[in-house]
Amino acid sequence: MYDATKILAGLIIGIGLFMSPFFYNAGKAAKAPTPELTPKAKEAKVCVESKEYMKANHMHLLDTWRHTVVRDDVRYFRSPVNDKMHYMSLQQTCMDCHSNKSKFCDSCHNYLGVTPYCWDCHVAPKEPKEKG
Amino acid sequence: MDLNRREFLKTIGVVSLAGLGAKGFEILAPGELEAKEGPVAKGKQWAMVIDMPKCIAKNQKEPCTECMKACHTIHNVPDFGDPKVEIKWIWKEKYENTFPGTHHEYTNEALHGKDFIVLCNHCTNPPCVRVCPTKATWQRPDGIVMMDWHRCIGCRFCMAACPFGSRSFNWGDPRLCPPERNPGFPTNMAYPTRSKGVVEKCTFCPELLAKGELPACVQACKKIKVDALVFGDLNDPESEVRAVLREKYTIRRKPELGTAPKVFYVI
Repeated sequence: MYDATKILAGLIIGIGLFMSPFFYNAGKAAKAPTPELTPKAKEAKVCVESKEYMKANHMHLLDTWRHTVVRDDVRYFRSPVNDKMHYMSLQQTCMDCHSNKSKFCDSCHNYLGVTPYCWDCHVAPKEPKEKG
Repeated sequence: MDLNRREFLKTIGVVSLAGLGAKGFEILAPGELEAKEGPVAKGKQWAMVIDMPKCIAKNQKEPCTECMKACHTIHNVPDFGDPKVEIKWIWKEKYENTFPGTHHEYTNEALHGKDFIVLCNHCTNPPCVRVCPTKATWQRPDGIVMMDWHRCIGCRFCMAACPFGSRSFNWGDPRLCPPERNPGFPTNMAYPTRSKGVVEKCTFCPELLAKGELPACVQACKKIKVDALVFGDLNDPESEVRAVLREKYTIRRKPELGTAPKVFYVI
């Protein structure tokens, strides 16, 4: 092999550069964000379903809601947690409590790299700008 | 086997006739037009009557756009200021264009060139529904031709099918509409906007009907005490729409197409 040293050196440098992000972040797992609750959400104590259910299945719940509201014209949801009736609306009900979209929705969605297209159409509540 | 051509054809003919059986006669029976006016559906059937003399009288005093303003505000309908990309749910159309083929040069001159209020007709036989490949638009049991924007893929078949031009396409993101024409857009924080590549139109405000309220345009017209827009249940003989339909002579747009609009006009 001609110029073996040059080629090997180049290969090592190249692979090293390619791997550098892995070495740089080695051992430091990005911490999973915890969604922040607004005072209003904290006060309510319970969502329309249990916390565990919402954590795992909120996307399915929202999908069912949009289907039943738009297609079946059924607009109220009886919460199995406390038997309360809720108006099924992302903008009017969910975002009424969780009015901090960037800290509640986006923090996890960004961490997981999911981009739900809800907000292409649905209007997120205006959040007051952070000070400083 | 000894079978000449003539015998072979005879046998084939008899066998295929027997094979067809009763079905053969059904095929020959006269067909039915799909877009014919069927029996009236049971239960609530929402409809609108537009009393044009009242609307024209109001417009002659001062140009009025209250119904359109109310509708487009509550539904976050953007105004791009360009007819090529305009989105409209309820708008004005000249008499001649509202009833093409019906008007002639000797009709009541008071109607010539007058602005008529037009919107989705919520047809009894909606051609837009027939062509929608994803059922993003469909007819509800109460007769409303509804849209599910979650499902619309923007193929625009419905726009081609609608003979009234009641459907608009979002050529761009509605949130990028010029802010000077759309102060405070989206105007209704309780209602979504649409996204690029989605078709939209009047929905007869099911979100208000569910609350027992009238559609936004009808409310707006009642608020200014013009009462040119009347809304109600066609199947209820005591309803306001039926009362107007009984008392006054009304016409519908393009009845020859057999779509059976549920928006009626008092001329």
